Amino acid sequence: MDFSFKPEQEAYRQEIRDFIKKELPPGFEAGVGGHVESDEEWKIARSMTKKLAQKGWLNIAWPKEYGGQNNHMFSVILNEEMNYWCAPGLDFGGVGMLAPALMAHGNEEQKKEHLAKIAAGDVVWCQGWSEPEAGSDLPNLKTRAVEDGDDYVINGQKVWTSLAHHADWCFLLVKTDPEAQPKHRGITFILVDFKTPGITVSPLVTMSKERSFSEVFYDNVRVPKKNVVGQVNGGFKVAMTAAGFERSGIYRIALALRNVDRLIEWAKRPQPDGTVPAKDPVVRQKLADLYIRGRIARLLAYRVAWLQTQGAEPEWEASIARVFGSEFQQYAGHTGASLQGMYGMLMRDSKWADPECNMALQSILGIGATIAAGTSEVQRNAIALRGLGLPRG
Amino acid sequence: MDFGFTEEQEMLRTSARDFLTTECPADLVKEMAEDQQGYKPDMWAKIAELGWMGLAFPEQYEGMGMTFLDLAVLLEEMGRAVLPGPFFSSVVEAGFAVLEAGSEEQKKEILSKIATGEAIATLAVTEPSASYEASAIAVTAKGEGDGYVIDGTKLFVDNAHIADYIIVAARTKEGGKPEEGITLFVVEGKAPGITTTLLKTISGSKQCEVIFDKVKVPKANVLGDVDKGWPVVDKVIEKAAVAKCAEMVGGAQAALDMSVAYAKERVQFGKPIGAFQAIQHHCANMLIDVDSSRFLTYQAAWKVSEGMEATMEVSMAKAWVNEAYRRVTQLGHQIHGGIGFCMDHDMPLYFKAAKTGESLFGTSDWHREKVAQELGL
Repeated sequence: MDFSFKPEQEAYRQEIRDFIKKELPPGFEAGVGGHVESDEEWKIARSMTKKLAQKGWLNIAWPKEYGGQNNHMFSVILNEEMNYWCAPGLDFGGVGMLAPALMAHGNEEQKKEHLAKIAAGDVVWCQGWSEPEAGSDLPNLKTRAVEDGDDYVINGQKVWTSLAHHADWCFLLVKTDPEAQPKHRGITFILVDFKTPGITVSPLVTMSKERSFSEVFYDNVRVPKKNVVGQVNGGFKVAMTAAGFERSGIYRIALALRNVDRLIEWAKRPQPDGTVPAKDPVVRQKLADLYIRGRIARLLAYRVAWLQTQGAEPEWEASIARVFGSEFQQYAGHTGASLQGMYGMLMRDSKWADPECNMALQSILGIGATIAAGTSEVQRNAIALRGLGLPRG
Repeated sequence: MDFGFTEEQEMLRTSARDFLTTECPADLVKEMAEDQQGYKPDMWAKIAELGWMGLAFPEQYEGMGMTFLDLAVLLEEMGRAVLPGPFFSSVVEAGFAVLEAGSEEQKKEILSKIATGEAIATLAVTEPSASYEASAIAVTAKGEGDGYVIDGTKLFVDNAHIADYIIVAARTKEGGKPEEGITLFVVEGKAPGITTTLLKTISGSKQCEVIFDKVKVPKANVLGDVDKGWPVVDKVIEKAAVAKCAEMVGGAQAALDMSVAYAKERVQFGKPIGAFQAIQHHCANMLIDVDSSRFLTYQAAWKVSEGMEATMEVSMAKAWVNEAYRRVTQLGHQIHGGIGFCMDHDMPLYFKAAKTGESLFGTSDWHREKVAQELGL
């Protein structure tokens, strides 16, 4: 066992920090997973993506034959640093999901058309999977694709589609055989140009007042058959590859680690009434507990990356990292806001809010943490079934 | 980073598990909990023969020269089997104190005897205040002629009733900082003036009251420097805390394994209870606690093993594992239902071991406070 980072990993971490310091405007803070809100912020995010691409970092975890460095540890370090410093620009959908699926299941033409552009940060991809009736039960999706000559004609509705309002392209799951049993055998993975007529994007506003995802309506959208990745009705397998590449969930953990560090500094500062929270034994206990949970979450995430460097495909280990990490994020937000007492309800731009350590928004974001990309319950099911071999109900 | 064990460590684990499965069945653990001695001399001799007592001692003291991390692997297996007896007090508490501070002569004599199983030893730090702080040391050792006279009461001394050597932390100088003026002494377990009373603990762990009534100790029995014993105690407690975590991780894993096996075989409403999501999520939560405890523990053990500063990592581990082991055994009981609440069942062994382990070498609150201090709060 060895819990230290190698010198080159430490050096890379420092290089990323220097990069962020140089390239990110002072005071700029992206949200969870690099989310930005305004058009102006989006421009900054895009420019960061291009710069990451130019450095060859965007796809650092990709296999070497596709221009990457096959370095999962570097990738987790990059993810951790970018999210800790609230820097936007990483491309989770294109680089982290679609590209590995294309490498495994795409044909040469598809790889040629898309991989270089993804690596260059030229195209914004979104993930069209969830639907109103297909959340945790993804195979129950209803969006229908019907053959018509050289095309598929797609009708239906997707929801929770992150980045849809900025996207150029979407990797979509559609039902091509509604009669198939089990249901996942009737699903196809298809690439859709978002400029195609018939697509309507309707942004949803979250309880944090952010437009981070949308509803997307498909009304007779015509997509060439050549855009199918893998086999027709074999899309679920492609989707599992897409979901299996970046599994550490470090981005949430990094954000929460930053919140804990902010809270520790907040606790050392005198408050408006002159008291210093760090002198209160209850506050000390809670902050120490948060810190410990953060360190555990980080270890569990790095274990996933380490398993990947060993050539393993972590499943339940990734679910453990996800459950622990997202619940840590949630707990940090709630505990932080609670420690701040009445000030814990003030949003960052309010009079009297602490600009250095605002936990009100974090407590809201914590609600989403245990739901997005597989709820805690679904993750626990996976741990019980795959990690412990318990029987299906 | 490397989250894996070496081949040697895997071999050590396998051989330890095989040995303990055969030699230390649950029935023996239950029997020893009620037994006054608390261990079987013939099994103790076999363990000595395997070299486990001296595993992490240097070879010149009859040891095997392996690392603290290797010892953690062994302790995990001992925790899995809830091994009764004085291994922990002899090797981890007394042994590491002697290794840390002893003269060449003391190491040669005491460590060699511990390693070969010839002697049983323990460390007497805590007193009725039940605190691991230096300020809690009230037992005195006063210079008299060629030696010292020790007076006072030590409490929660592990296996003192069978110890050949008791390493005692006593105050030799009043005034100044609490950490100053504490000296360690090697005292013979049956020296005149020592009265040992076995306490009745939840798990049958052999915790003792040891009363020192004018116990005479020659100067040659000072371990380390006079008045400078506390940093040694601090280091040993740190090692003992992470070593205890390793034991607790093993126990938690065993409780999880037992509960998952039961959930697969116990049928209610026409199916194994493990098919119900409520039970599955209990099991998943147990695995999350076991995994998180294991990596936090091994991170601390690795740092100690490498001779790195590890106060933060050790305290993080003990603060977490204390509560995680309790949660795991609590859920294990919930899964087992009424049968697990019976004395004959094995689950109670783990719940009780968790309770005992939680209170030794620092509670969670105590260690969280240490983490807070390390964070500069």
